[in-house]
Amino acid sequence: MLSIENLRIVFNAGTVNEKTALDGVSLTLEEGDFVTVIGGNGAGKSTLLNCVAGVYMPAQGKISIGGVDVTRMPEHKRAKLLGRVFQDPMMGTSGNMWIEENLALASRRGKLRTLRWGISNAERAEYKKQLATLGLGLEERLSTKVKLLSGGQRQALTLLMATMNKPKLLLLDEHTAALDPKTAATVLELSCRMVAEHGLTALMVTHNMRDAIACGNRLIMMQNGRIVLDIRGEEKKNLTVEMLLERFAAASGSELANDRMLLG
Amino acid sequence: MWNEVLGATGFGLLWAVMTIGIYITYRILDVADLTVEGSITMGAAVCAVSITAGIDPYLSLLLAFAAGMAAGLCTGLLHTLLKIPPLLSGILTMIAAWSVNLRIMGKANVSLLKLSTVFTPVMEAFGMTKTVATIVVGAGVTLVLICFCYWFFGTEVGCAIRATGGNPNMARAQGINTNVMKILGLVLSNGLVAVSGALIAQSQSFADIQMGTGSIVIGLASLIIGEVLFGKGGFFKRLISLALGAITYRLIIAAVLHFGMNANDLKLFTAITVALALSLPVIKAKIQGGRKGA
Repeated sequence: MLSIENLRIVFNAGTVNEKTALDGVSLTLEEGDFVTVIGGNGAGKSTLLNCVAGVYMPAQGKISIGGVDVTRMPEHKRAKLLGRVFQDPMMGTSGNMWIEENLALASRRGKLRTLRWGISNAERAEYKKQLATLGLGLEERLSTKVKLLSGGQRQALTLLMATMNKPKLLLLDEHTAALDPKTAATVLELSCRMVAEHGLTALMVTHNMRDAIACGNRLIMMQNGRIVLDIRGEEKKNLTVEMLLERFAAASGSELANDRMLLG
Repeated sequence: MWNEVLGATGFGLLWAVMTIGIYITYRILDVADLTVEGSITMGAAVCAVSITAGIDPYLSLLLAFAAGMAAGLCTGLLHTLLKIPPLLSGILTMIAAWSVNLRIMGKANVSLLKLSTVFTPVMEAFGMTKTVATIVVGAGVTLVLICFCYWFFGTEVGCAIRATGGNPNMARAQGINTNVMKILGLVLSNGLVAVSGALIAQSQSFADIQMGTGSIVIGLASLIIGEVLFGKGGFFKRLISLALGAITYRLIIAAVLHFGMNANDLKLFTAITVALALSLPVIKAKIQGGRKGA
């Protein structure tokens, strides 16, 4: 469903601040794979997701989603293949627009926008049903401006928007990191449920080892722009934090000292 | 006195068209677009030259609309294609438009005295004075444009433009080509501003190369006055508030002139009004913050 070959991206190339953010990353996701990505700050996790989404264009390498080569496809064009939820809850929705307008925008992802009315009554009824599944009472607030919602509510709404056309690939970029622990747990649970319900292929970046272990069927760990660990199948199912730390030390030859990743 | 009020109301309604244009860029796209200073004059110039050449005044409004859209397109392309910041893109088009406008008119001032304008048929049919005819035509055009904008920004394309202005990252993630939407917004906005310029030229019976100077500030003043005094409620009400704001601005100007303010001080007065209105949130927060601290 997703195939990344030898991806390399360099920021500020040719200056003293040159940084190789991704250094030859290759990764293949089968349909239905739910892969969690962990790693310290600057490991290249978010850069990887942004490359797949088209925010950054790679210096080298190839990306294809669902068999379509998207390496040079602009961000707004490849959006039709993707669903995205961002770290910043403000980023995934348009605050000055109503809940139903945001949903209507998302449902037209990848379709030609015309001079037809932006939302139909049939859609409104459908959105009500879908919002009800979130269990946040948003189905009664279709014409509330999104900026009046809490961070958790906005992330839940973004998640609904991201999954609504059954994207080829769902990209979750530390989407619970800015929420309080209780809300983060709710949103994470919702994410796992939606991925399972729709049978989505997903890539989830997280700082939190426990979350990375608990979710999905495969875990990769990144360091210095490379994938240093790739754990899947039975091994992933039986994984613990201690085992992960051991594997990381063995793979990278260094201890992992990052409190946020351990405690989170 | 009554005549002054009527005159200001009519003139305000002609400027209301421009205020709606400014609303599209300033509020919907979240860009302060200075192109308008050039496109308002361009609308007036194109209209004056066409009427002088014997073209129907109503048709000349359409020509002005097209000319304004072209100016908006220039700014849009400078900003999206060449990645020049929006403020600077607008300034560049505005400066360029000065020369273009002089080329269109061939001189700095074109008179429309004794020529038939969009107001003439209305005056003749109902036996109205030009002042009343200006109010009738101005109200008609403004209302049509308000209805158009209400419809357009509710369509799929209109929603995409609003999303682009509100959150470009989100818009791109939802498959919206934000560059195209920014260009569309700028084109529509400057088209409307040019129509406003064309109406103003016909109302005052001349087009002048200077007439755009300071128009962005007048437009912003009208917009903010409208929002502060009449702006509560849905999108349709907000559009109406823009027209009411433009009228109120003209009434305020008429009043201060009536009470003896030097006309040369008007631009200073307008700039101070806008600066005060824009800083209201900060001033409010300071006062409330001070109270909390005390």
